[in-house]
Amino acid sequence: MALKTEEMVLNMGPQHPSTHGVLRLELVIEGEIIKSVTPHIGYLHRCFEKHCEVMTYPQIIPYTDRMDYLASMCNEFGYVIAVERLMGIEVPERVEYIRVIMAELQRIASHLVAIGTYGADIGAFTPFLFCFRDREKILNLFEITCGARLLYNYIWIGGLMHDLHPDFIRLTKEFIKEFRPNLKELNDLLTFNQIFIDRTANVGILPAETAINYGITGPNLRASGVNWDLRINDPYSIYDRFDFKIPVGKGENGTVGDCWNRYYMRILEMEESLKIVEQAINQIPDGDVSSAIPKRVKPPAGQIYSRVENPRGELGYFIVSDGSVNPTRIKVRAPSFVNMVVFGELCKGHMVADVVAILGSIDIVLGEIDR
Amino acid sequence: MKNPEEIFEILKDKFGEVIIELFSDKPTESFISVAPLEIDKVCLYLRDKEGLNFKSLMNLSGIDDANGEKIKDENDNEIIQGGTLSVFYHLESIDLKHKVTLKVSTDRENPEVASVEEIWRAADWHEREAYDMFGIKFLNHHNLIRILMPYDWEGGYPLRKDYQNPEFYKGMKVPY
Amino acid sequence: MIYDWLYSLTGSEMIAIGVQSLLPLYLFILPFALVAVLLERKVAAHMQDRLGPMRVGYHGLLQTIADILKLLQKEDTVAADIDKKFFDLSPLLVFAGSYAAFAAIPFSGAFMGSNIDLGIIYIVAVTGLVVAGILMGGWASNNKYSLLGAMRAAAQIISFEIPTLLIVVTVIMITGTMNLYTMSEWQTGYFWNWLILGGPDFGIAKILLTPLMLMAFLIIFLSTLAEVNRTPFDIPEAESEIVAGYHTEYSGMKFAIFFLAEYANMFAISAVVSALFFGGYQSPFGYLGNLLEIGWLIPIEQFFWFTAKGVFFVLVQMWLRWTLPRFRVDQLMSFCWKYLIPISFVLLLLVGLITVL
Repeated sequence: MALKTEEMVLNMGPQHPSTHGVLRLELVIEGEIIKSVTPHIGYLHRCFEKHCEVMTYPQIIPYTDRMDYLASMCNEFGYVIAVERLMGIEVPERVEYIRVIMAELQRIASHLVAIGTYGADIGAFTPFLFCFRDREKILNLFEITCGARLLYNYIWIGGLMHDLHPDFIRLTKEFIKEFRPNLKELNDLLTFNQIFIDRTANVGILPAETAINYGITGPNLRASGVNWDLRINDPYSIYDRFDFKIPVGKGENGTVGDCWNRYYMRILEMEESLKIVEQAINQIPDGDVSSAIPKRVKPPAGQIYSRVENPRGELGYFIVSDGSVNPTRIKVRAPSFVNMVVFGELCKGHMVADVVAILGSIDIVLGEIDR
Repeated sequence: MKNPEEIFEILKDKFGEVIIELFSDKPTESFISVAPLEIDKVCLYLRDKEGLNFKSLMNLSGIDDANGEKIKDENDNEIIQGGTLSVFYHLESIDLKHKVTLKVSTDRENPEVASVEEIWRAADWHEREAYDMFGIKFLNHHNLIRILMPYDWEGGYPLRKDYQNPEFYKGMKVPY
Repeated sequence: MIYDWLYSLTGSEMIAIGVQSLLPLYLFILPFALVAVLLERKVAAHMQDRLGPMRVGYHGLLQTIADILKLLQKEDTVAADIDKKFFDLSPLLVFAGSYAAFAAIPFSGAFMGSNIDLGIIYIVAVTGLVVAGILMGGWASNNKYSLLGAMRAAAQIISFEIPTLLIVVTVIMITGTMNLYTMSEWQTGYFWNWLILGGPDFGIAKILLTPLMLMAFLIIFLSTLAEVNRTPFDIPEAESEIVAGYHTEYSGMKFAIFFLAEYANMFAISAVVSALFFGGYQSPFGYLGNLLEIGWLIPIEQFFWFTAKGVFFVLVQMWLRWTLPRFRVDQLMSFCWKYLIPISFVLLLLVGLITVL
């Protein structure tokens, strides 16, 4: 005679230490095993797309910052590239280099947050503070450039807000020198720690076919073994001039596509971004950063879908314009919005403690999901 | 690698009049217009055919064309009658590295589009958002409820061009 | 010992017993728990490349006083549909379970709460009260998170009592006594007489025992770490998964009691482990009192060494907490049942063989 067990509905509510933002997860559990997970979103919906319809194109840039607030430069970069492609604007070389440097520094900062909070969720509190210490240095660099630490409004349509600070290049070189040994320390402390590997290897395995079908992009897709990075496969700006590798998951310490792989992709990507920043800093030409900024942004009637590689995946902007100064429709294809759909599938059959591990490895930001 | 004209020819041969036409004016992208209730068959063919292999749905977005008649209703608000709502699909093939854009248009009063959720699971939440924001009903979707607005929002579909905020929601004043 | 001294001083049994039992509690353990709160914050901060509390007092040293004042005057908010009796009883049981263990721990050669022959077995038994307290707290909170935390805590503590007891039995076999005072006296002399290096009897047994004792020390350290719910075994209070586990619903003074009990528990097991393996209050180098011919200096020195060893192990526990991530529940259980318990059994057999031969 078997014991009668009942299912319990547990609510990891909007306020919770490790749902990264206001996300409500409804778990149906039996003992410690998860039967199903339903995410409920919409707590941070700020009607970005409705706002865009009454603003002019340059006025939208501060709003794009606030969607994925941990990767603001990359958001602005994507939007500005979309509008420039629609209008056919060519920007000066110096602008391209500076944009790439800012985007890659932002990628490192965003991955540091992802890694730090992931370690804190698993229970290792110290790497969190080490990551934030390094991120402070990057935010200081941003602060001397445009005055803001988190939400910049720096990359404008056709150029930049203003030129680099005279000390920027020297400080960036110092940062690169200091950061490489810190990365190694982080690896020793967290990445190859046996308890961490036990918690994250073979948990939440995402096969490559499923990942492509669910539209997963970014480090999550590459961790499942698919070699696809927009900076190389659909190049934008001047990424084809730099020499960097794309890390692809190989399944060391577990299976391909598990949480450890996704986490390890971010560590490797930080190293590659550091290489890009180093090369760009050495090659940056002189020029005027505001020469190509148009007086009035009035794209021709039509539509475009253009995408960039955000730290979380493929950020796409679908802009429909009817020839006036306000866009008709801007739809943002946010990577976390699409990555979240597969979360329910990944959690089935695992335990409650694994929910936190899987959620942290997908690396979502609620500002993007809800816009 | 195929460009949109070739894909248009292949689809026209297979599906005939379901595929309506190819709009291509540079510099913006070209798109293929498809009938709304047959879009799932077209997408299944696009995904599985050798040489096309569109295994990945990049984006699915609704849009209010606002091409109907603007009249004033009883509260003196401007509403749009007639006209169409459209849905754009952006597809991509990772191994063959080509892209295509599809468009369906349905009428505003009773918008119904076949769901492609079975074909690409990525469409799940995108379709729920299109339903939430525009009111487009996707047939055969397993769970078509609102996603960003509260689940019992009665005030309409926010991204339509003639949307007005309701006065009250559950006793709370909406425009403050 | 101190009971006799007090009795001869005052002539009254009641005063002697009263002072003897309350003395360690108020003069040592409670202040230690208060200091440990601040110590943990400072140690954690310096390990994380930051400074910790710096404002209250010089370099934040008076922070604990500020914390106590805050907790004393905090409102005791309780949810409406909790089980009132058990909700109030739970912190008291946890507190009692942790503090009662100090009765059988020798603080120095002249002071021990109660010189019972059951010694170590009494300590292990009384810390089992904590399980009842935790379960009561989790159930009475009427909160799914608390219930989950309480059940995990109960499973964890009960499972890890088994390796603890097995190692304790191993040590009892070697020393022949269960009384911690006698055990500490037996390890007298210099540090090579400590049990971790094989015990004071020279011979082949000492050399054979040393590696086994090292392993035994590791096992008992890990399993007592699990009994006090410290990282890497802090599933019951896993902050990021189930908010705060069984003490989610507690606020104000009741929460303070849980906290103080945790730090006292940490010190208790440090003291027990050092008494079992590291000579308790014995000094590793001989006594200044012996050198200088001052008789009454020796108990004070022994007290100093006892505190030093206890604090050292507490610092090791804090170090582990801030370095390592935490285990998942099933990994924890399999660690205990599949690894620690078989190894403890093997150790028991081997040590038994060595002591017999």
